[in-house]
Amino acid sequence: MNKKYLRDDIIRMSGVNPKKCMRCGKCSGTCPAYDEMEYHPHQFVSMVENGDIEPLLSSDSLYRCLTCFACAERCPRGVEPAKLIEAVRLTAIRRQGANRLTPSDIPAMLDEDIPQQALVSAFRKYTK
Amino acid sequence: MKFSYFPGCTLKNKAKDLDRYALRCAEALGVTLEEIENWQCCGGVFTTAKDEIATKLSSVRILKAAKDKEQPLVTVCSACHNVVKQTNHAILTDKEFSDKVNRYMADDGRYDGSTEVYHYLEMLRDLVGFDALREKVKSPLSGKKIAAYYGCLLLRPGSVMKMDDPENPSIMEDMIRAIGAEPVIFANRNECCGGYVVMESPSLAEKKSGDIVRNAKVQGADMIVTACPLCRYNLMKNGADIPVIYFTELLAEALGVKEDTNE
Amino acid sequence: MQRIGVFVCWCGSNIAGTVDVAAVADALKNEPGVVFSTDYQYMCSQAGQDLIVSSVKEYSLTGLVICSCSPRMHEVTFRKTAAAAGLNPYMVEIANIREQCSWVHKEMPIGTEKAIILGKAAVAKVNLNAPLTPGESPVTKRALVIGGGIAGIQTALDIADAGFPVDIVEKKPTIGGKMAQLDKTFPTLDCAACILTPKMVDVAQHENVRIFSYSEVTDVKGFIGNFDVTIKKNARYVNEDICTGCGDCVTKCPQKKVPNEFNLGMDNRSAIYIPFAQAVPKVATIDPAHCTMLKTGKCGVCSKVCKAKAIDYTQKDEYITEKYGAIVVATGFDPISMDKFDEFAYSQSPDVITSLEFERLTNAAGPTAGKLLRPSDGEHPQKIVFVQCVGSRCDSCSEKGKEYCSKICCMYTAKHAMLTRDKYPDTEVYVFYIDVRTPGKNFDEFYRRAVEEYGVHYIKGMVGKVTPEGKKLMVRASDLLDGKQLNIDADLVVLAAAIEPDKSARSLATMLTASMDTNDFFTEAHPKLRPVESPTAGVFLSGTCQGPKDIPETVSQAGAAAAKVIGLLAKDKLKGNPCVASSDELMCNGCSSCEKVCPYGAITYEDKEFRMPDRTTRIRRVASVNPAVCQGCGCCTVACPSGAMDLRGFMNEQIMAEVDAICK
Repeated sequence: MNKKYLRDDIIRMSGVNPKKCMRCGKCSGTCPAYDEMEYHPHQFVSMVENGDIEPLLSSDSLYRCLTCFACAERCPRGVEPAKLIEAVRLTAIRRQGANRLTPSDIPAMLDEDIPQQALVSAFRKYTK
Repeated sequence: MKFSYFPGCTLKNKAKDLDRYALRCAEALGVTLEEIENWQCCGGVFTTAKDEIATKLSSVRILKAAKDKEQPLVTVCSACHNVVKQTNHAILTDKEFSDKVNRYMADDGRYDGSTEVYHYLEMLRDLVGFDALREKVKSPLSGKKIAAYYGCLLLRPGSVMKMDDPENPSIMEDMIRAIGAEPVIFANRNECCGGYVVMESPSLAEKKSGDIVRNAKVQGADMIVTACPLCRYNLMKNGADIPVIYFTELLAEALGVKEDTNE
Repeated sequence: MQRIGVFVCWCGSNIAGTVDVAAVADALKNEPGVVFSTDYQYMCSQAGQDLIVSSVKEYSLTGLVICSCSPRMHEVTFRKTAAAAGLNPYMVEIANIREQCSWVHKEMPIGTEKAIILGKAAVAKVNLNAPLTPGESPVTKRALVIGGGIAGIQTALDIADAGFPVDIVEKKPTIGGKMAQLDKTFPTLDCAACILTPKMVDVAQHENVRIFSYSEVTDVKGFIGNFDVTIKKNARYVNEDICTGCGDCVTKCPQKKVPNEFNLGMDNRSAIYIPFAQAVPKVATIDPAHCTMLKTGKCGVCSKVCKAKAIDYTQKDEYITEKYGAIVVATGFDPISMDKFDEFAYSQSPDVITSLEFERLTNAAGPTAGKLLRPSDGEHPQKIVFVQCVGSRCDSCSEKGKEYCSKICCMYTAKHAMLTRDKYPDTEVYVFYIDVRTPGKNFDEFYRRAVEEYGVHYIKGMVGKVTPEGKKLMVRASDLLDGKQLNIDADLVVLAAAIEPDKSARSLATMLTASMDTNDFFTEAHPKLRPVESPTAGVFLSGTCQGPKDIPETVSQAGAAAAKVIGLLAKDKLKGNPCVASSDELMCNGCSSCEKVCPYGAITYEDKEFRMPDRTTRIRRVASVNPAVCQGCGCCTVACPSGAMDLRGFMNEQIMAEVDAICK
């Protein structure tokens, strides 16, 4: 897929306009998963805008975003980085063989108390 | 008052308390919650991508079931509430999405977004009223210092959830006051517990939940209440040495319906 | 039949870039009445105007059509040109082929076609134009300044110094405004009080200035040169003429738990109070919401201790009406509420404060006598975090903040940071910024001093969350240059809150029929060329009511507004606008529709005798327009059911001729 197409597709899927970003970094200043991420919310915004998407697609950062929407809620410019990350993540896991989580991984992750909600959510996030 | 009620998967398994006490309290408050028949999963998480349709259909069917009975819909679990409310909002505001969804809904009939969706807390505040609740309290929980933990799903995105001020909520604190206890306000009450990422990165959940519990304790709480099974799991798993319970359980205690009477 | 000349302006490439000006001139040649048509590069230039004058003579022109920019820009210019050529100035029509044509179209054929149509409409109108002569009205040689901050004070002083009487209306008990609350001022660090309070005294003692403090404007009638303004003097329950400002009542008042607004609620005042030691007028005011005597009838301590016998519990609000020739708006600003930004925990911790609160905390006359102490426990903060742009530069859809840059925050934060490091070198100071904006004389040098000499940590990034925990404020923020998320355990967090126009501005604008932008800042008549005048004649703008600005800029603008007022008041008579309404008495049915819609009160009714066809006399009630009051808005002509009311210069038949020409 060419770079421009990928970029436009992600922007369309997310409904986010990265051009509205004023580079304040509040998203990355508030992100609870920052330290676990290779690319941070503000980088998702600028890298998508620049069409620099392949590095994002192969980064574990996609699976560290908690979708807690703190970045979206607090962004002064209404950019909503969380939606952009979601679109990149879906682009990654929709590719063949790219499912992050398979049912066989589950038993190792379970404990007595883990709520069903966690499994359902994880499958939604990590698997197409 | 009669509502359609959607419990969701976790409330029938690991979070039975959340469900059980919600129903008992409703009864004590003169509210009838009619569980939707043959309900399916809410969808787990609301995917913000505009081209995700199929994963949102189960939520649409929940909304449609309430609409068929001409009842407002009440949910308790934060995740279910978030998914159902966001789906409803998308149907109301995104015509393309609504059209696509309704093509799948041909057999069940069109759904137009007209079901009113209330979280149990919103039902308490907006329909029952905290003053009416105060009058029904049998054993006020005076002297208890309780931190209300909202997490992210109840409040955000603020423009869609419209439950409360996403940065300075008061709905659970007001409930705590109504049942005679003292709310403890702590800034991390709307920070993420680590959510489903606990599956992949338990260390992240440990750090995030640890921050939340510590903040609540330093600010003086001796108990934390929440509406979310996953939040409760993460907090309990990661060092909470004070009780973390569902808000419905606390409510049941105040209304005097916590102990089993008929079983 | 008119002999019309058409003059098509290129406006350099502004018009000629999108409109084929020669084709326009050529097409309009054949319109009825046109005897000459040409185009020129800059019609408003001396050479362009000379071309018009010589053409009038050469072709014996009786009417002119200028195809150029908006009439708001150069109508006056071309009317003067017409007059210089011996024509009546109202025989000129402007076809706006710039703002309404070349600037909004990209394609030459479309622009050209539209310009021709607009030109045809103007020609059709000029064919029906008649010479008009403006009437004259007298000028009341007194100015009103609304708002007594530094902007209002400076404007009033400059007008008064020129010899004209000025009244200042200030809604607070004292003049001085926001500047009176500041500690030091950038970039020279002179103390605000030291430079402001002498001006407050000057203005109070000036023979040409009257100050109505604790007062509001409640009604404005009339027009430029002749405003009638009603001022409400709120009851302060103290006779200001007798009160000596000794302060005995303030000391003895038993109700001492009223939040002190001058210190932004960080300490308390008594129910009877003088806002601060240098207040002007220095008289006491009773706050009726908190005075025990006024609420319950039991107390009266202040009255007993007042040696001057100035206390008057029976005082009532008083309304006075005064005539003014000019009105200056100087209503100022307020910081926005921090309610919607609780990610910074403003509502959760007293140690999260706004920058204006920080000013009070460092001010010698403030709640801590100038010692920088934490509001929560009175301890000295060791680590301070300043957050820039809180509520400024937000998305236009944001329900929380403002879209504009508040302009003053970068500089006052640099000042706060520098002064803190100067006075308390052991304090660590962090400033989180998005951009540091320092366009002003000696501004960037000042900011660099804060960094280089005073060691303030400037961090490119934004604070995302403040978590009060015990005695600390845990600040989570991004450091974009180092690619890190920072967690700072701060003792004090200072928010640079966006500024917004004072809440009273909106209702005042309605009274003045002055226009505002979507942010409630007053709109200037022209953003570059008429920056201190409102589009409403006779109304002038001073200070932050027009847009965010610092003190030097405010004072310059205040002086500029004063110069405009002086220019107006120096005239004995004003030429009116001849484009006013008039009623055909023979058609008027006396229904009062026009009177009801007239926003200026220009229409009255009178009983008049009419000679009827059968030679009897009948008395009928008919409308009569006062041309001195009429502003030519045209509401009455639309409301009139019998077609009796018409607007000179915009007669119904002229408008219809334009419409016909466009639709042809």
